[in-house]
Amino acid sequence: MSTVVARRQGLTGNDAVALAWRQINPDVVAAYPITPSTQVVERFARYLADGEATTEFVPTESEHSAISACVGASAAGARVMTATSSQGLALMHEVLYIASGLRLPIVMAVATRALSAPLNIHGDHSDVMGSRDAGWVQLYAGTVQEAYDLSILAVRVAERARVPVMVCLDGFTLSHSLEPVLVYADDAVRAFVGEARTSGYRLLDGEGAGPLTVGPLALPDAYMDFRRALANAMGRALEVIAGETAAFNAHFGRDLPVHLEASGLEEADGALLLLGSTADVVREALAGRSSASGRIGVVRLLTFRPFPAEAVRQALSHVARVVVMDRADSLSTLGGPLGIEVRAALYGQAFPPAVTDVIYGLGGRELRARDLERLRALFQEEPVPGPVYLGVEDG
Amino acid sequence: MSLNLRELSKRSQGLAPGHRACAGCGIPVLVRLLLAVAPDPPVVVNATGCLEVVSTIYPYSAWPVPWLHNAFENAAATASGVEAAARALFARGRIRRVPKVVAIGGDGGTYDIGLQSLSGAIERGHDFLYICYNNEGYMNTGIQRSSATPPGARTTTTPVGAHGRGKLEPRKDLTEIVVAHGVRYAAQASISHWGDLAKKLQKALATPGPTFLNVLTPCQPGWDYPPEDLVEIARLAVETRYWPLYEVADGRYRLTFTPRPPLPVRAWLERQGRFRHLLDDPEAVERFQAWVDANWDRLTARLK
Ligand SMILES: Cc1ncc(C[n+]2csc(CCOP(=O)(O)OP(=O)(O)O)c2C)c(N)n1
Repeated sequence: MSTVVARRQGLTGNDAVALAWRQINPDVVAAYPITPSTQVVERFARYLADGEATTEFVPTESEHSAISACVGASAAGARVMTATSSQGLALMHEVLYIASGLRLPIVMAVATRALSAPLNIHGDHSDVMGSRDAGWVQLYAGTVQEAYDLSILAVRVAERARVPVMVCLDGFTLSHSLEPVLVYADDAVRAFVGEARTSGYRLLDGEGAGPLTVGPLALPDAYMDFRRALANAMGRALEVIAGETAAFNAHFGRDLPVHLEASGLEEADGALLLLGSTADVVREALAGRSSASGRIGVVRLLTFRPFPAEAVRQALSHVARVVVMDRADSLSTLGGPLGIEVRAALYGQAFPPAVTDVIYGLGGRELRARDLERLRALFQEEPVPGPVYLGVEDG
Repeated sequence: MSLNLRELSKRSQGLAPGHRACAGCGIPVLVRLLLAVAPDPPVVVNATGCLEVVSTIYPYSAWPVPWLHNAFENAAATASGVEAAARALFARGRIRRVPKVVAIGGDGGTYDIGLQSLSGAIERGHDFLYICYNNEGYMNTGIQRSSATPPGARTTTTPVGAHGRGKLEPRKDLTEIVVAHGVRYAAQASISHWGDLAKKLQKALATPGPTFLNVLTPCQPGWDYPPEDLVEIARLAVETRYWPLYEVADGRYRLTFTPRPPLPVRAWLERQGRFRHLLDDPEAVERFQAWVDANWDRLTARLK
C-alpha cells in the first residue's frame, strides 16, 4: 500500500478534516467560525491561500447562511462542504431539514460541543443529538485517524445515498488533540472520491435538463410521499455506508469498522455501548479487568443515523447487561438519545439484555477514576428506567 | 436593446398562466418583465412567500427557468451558494456558461428576517441581482405588518379598533441601507412604470457584482382595492411621491421619474381599504403627507 499511504503525520482532528478537504478539493465550501471547529475552515482557507486547493470559499455572515449557501451550491450540482459546532449547528437547524428534504449530498464536519445555557464551549454531543432527526447520516469518529477517514468516506456515502452526511468528531478531545495519522496520497484520495456524483442537481445545466424547479410547495397529497422517500433513502444509507466502508478499506488498505466496533465481547457478560473518543479511554480502563459480575466488553458505534439496529442486536446478543453511555440528555426523563435508541432496538427480542443509561461528560466534564468504578458497579445493580448521571453528586 | 412592450411580450413565455396569484396582484407583472428582459435565462432563487407559494405547488411549476426555493430568510445566502457553484463548475469545465443568479423575495423576507443574509451576500460581492417585490406586508401569512409597511396602514398585527390606529412606525428605508453597502447599482421601481422598471432590470442584470431592485407590487387583499385598479394604485404611489422612482448607479443618484405636479398623497390613500380609518382624520392624512414630503426632500437632497 506504499503508493496509497503517503506518510504518517501528527494531526489534530480539525487539521485532519481540513487535510481531507484539501485532498478532496470540493467545488464549494461555505462556513462560519465557531469553537471548537473553527480551525477546520482556517486551515482550509490557508490551503486556498497557498494555492493547494481551488475550491470556491464562501465565508458567510452566519451559520444559517453557510448552510443556506451549501444548499444553493449543492442544488446547483457542486460538491459542497461545511463545518460547525454547537450554537452554529443549532442555528442551521431549519436548513438541515431542507438539505435532506431536497436530498442534497452536503458533507459537514461537526466538532461536537455543548449547547447554551449556560454558555459552554467544551465537548459533548448535545449539538449533534439535537440534529439527529433532521435526515442527515451521522458518523462518529473515535480517533483523529477516523475523523480523517470518515471525512473522505462521507463524500461517497452522501453522493451514493443521496442524503447529507455529518462527520462528528468530539470537540477538543479529537478536534484539538494531536495524534499520529496515516495520511493517504492526494491521488489516492482523489481516485477514491472520483468525479462528483451530483448530476441529479442540474440547476445550472440549462443545456440538457431544461428548467428545473427545486424546493416547491408540497401539499398533503404529496409531502408525505417525499418524507417517506427520504426515510427509504436513510434505510438504504445503512447499506451504502457498509458498502462504501468496504470499498474504502480495500482502496486504502485500512480496517475502518462497519457501523460499529466491538471489542472484548468474547466471553463478556456485559457491554458498555457508546459513541466517539471516550471508547478508547473506557476500553483502556477496563482492559483485562473483570467486574464482580464478569467481563465487560465495549461497543462503539460509528454510525448513529441511520441507526444500525441489526448490528447492535448482534453485537449485544450474548451479554446480559448493557450500560449505554450518553454524552447528551434528551430531557425526556427516559435517558439520553443513544440509550433510548438502544432500548428500542433491543425491544421485542426473546432475551434482551438489561439496559442502564448513563449520562456523562456534559460540557466537557472529565471521566474520573471513580466514575469508572461507578460504571463497573452499575453492572451489578438492578437496571433503572431513567438515566444515571455520572460525575454529579446525586448521580 | 429597444424596450418595446410588444417586442418584450413576444420574447419570453414568462410565468406560465397557470400560476395561482390573486387577481390584482402586482408580483406576476414584475416576474414576467424580469423574464422578458433577461438576455439569458437566469437561475431564480425565491424566498418563502406569496410568489413561491403561488407559482410552484407540486407537481406544477409556473417557472420556465431554473428555480430554487430554500427558506424564508435565506434567498440571498442561497443565491451566494448558487453563484459560487456556478463559478466553481465553470472554472472546472463542468458547465458551459455562468448564468445570472436572481434572488427574489418579499419585503418580509428582505427588509426583516432576510436582511442579514442580504447584507452578507452583498458585502461578499456575489454577482447576483436581488429583487424585493415589495407589497408592504407579510401577505402570504395573512397581511401582517413588516418594516416596509407604511405608518397608519391597517394590518392584522396592527389592527384598527378603539385603541389601534394601524401601524405606528414609519417604514424602514431598505433601498438606502443597500446603497450604504456600496453596491454599483440599486433602484426603486414600480410595476406601473413598466418601461422604467424594464430599464432598471436590464441595468441591474448587466452590472457585475451585487445589484438591487426594490419594486412596489401592490397586494389586492392586503391593500384592499378592486383588482382592476392594480396598475392605477401603483401609479398613484409614484405620482404622489409616496414611492419615488430613482436609481443609484456608481454612487450617483438619479430620479427616473418626476411627478409634475405631484398629487396629494390622499389621492393614493383613499383608494385603499387599509387606510380607510385615516381618511376622516385630516391630521393623520397631514402627518402622512408630511412624512412623504420629508422622505422626498431627503432623497432629492442626495441628487446634487
Ligand atoms: C423562519 C420562518 N418564519 C416564519 C415563516 C412564515 N412565513 C412564511 S411567508 C411569511 C411572510 C412573507 O412575507 P413577505 O416576505 O413580505 O412576502 P409575501 O408574503 O408578501 O409574498 C411568513 C411570516 C417562515 N416560513 N419561516
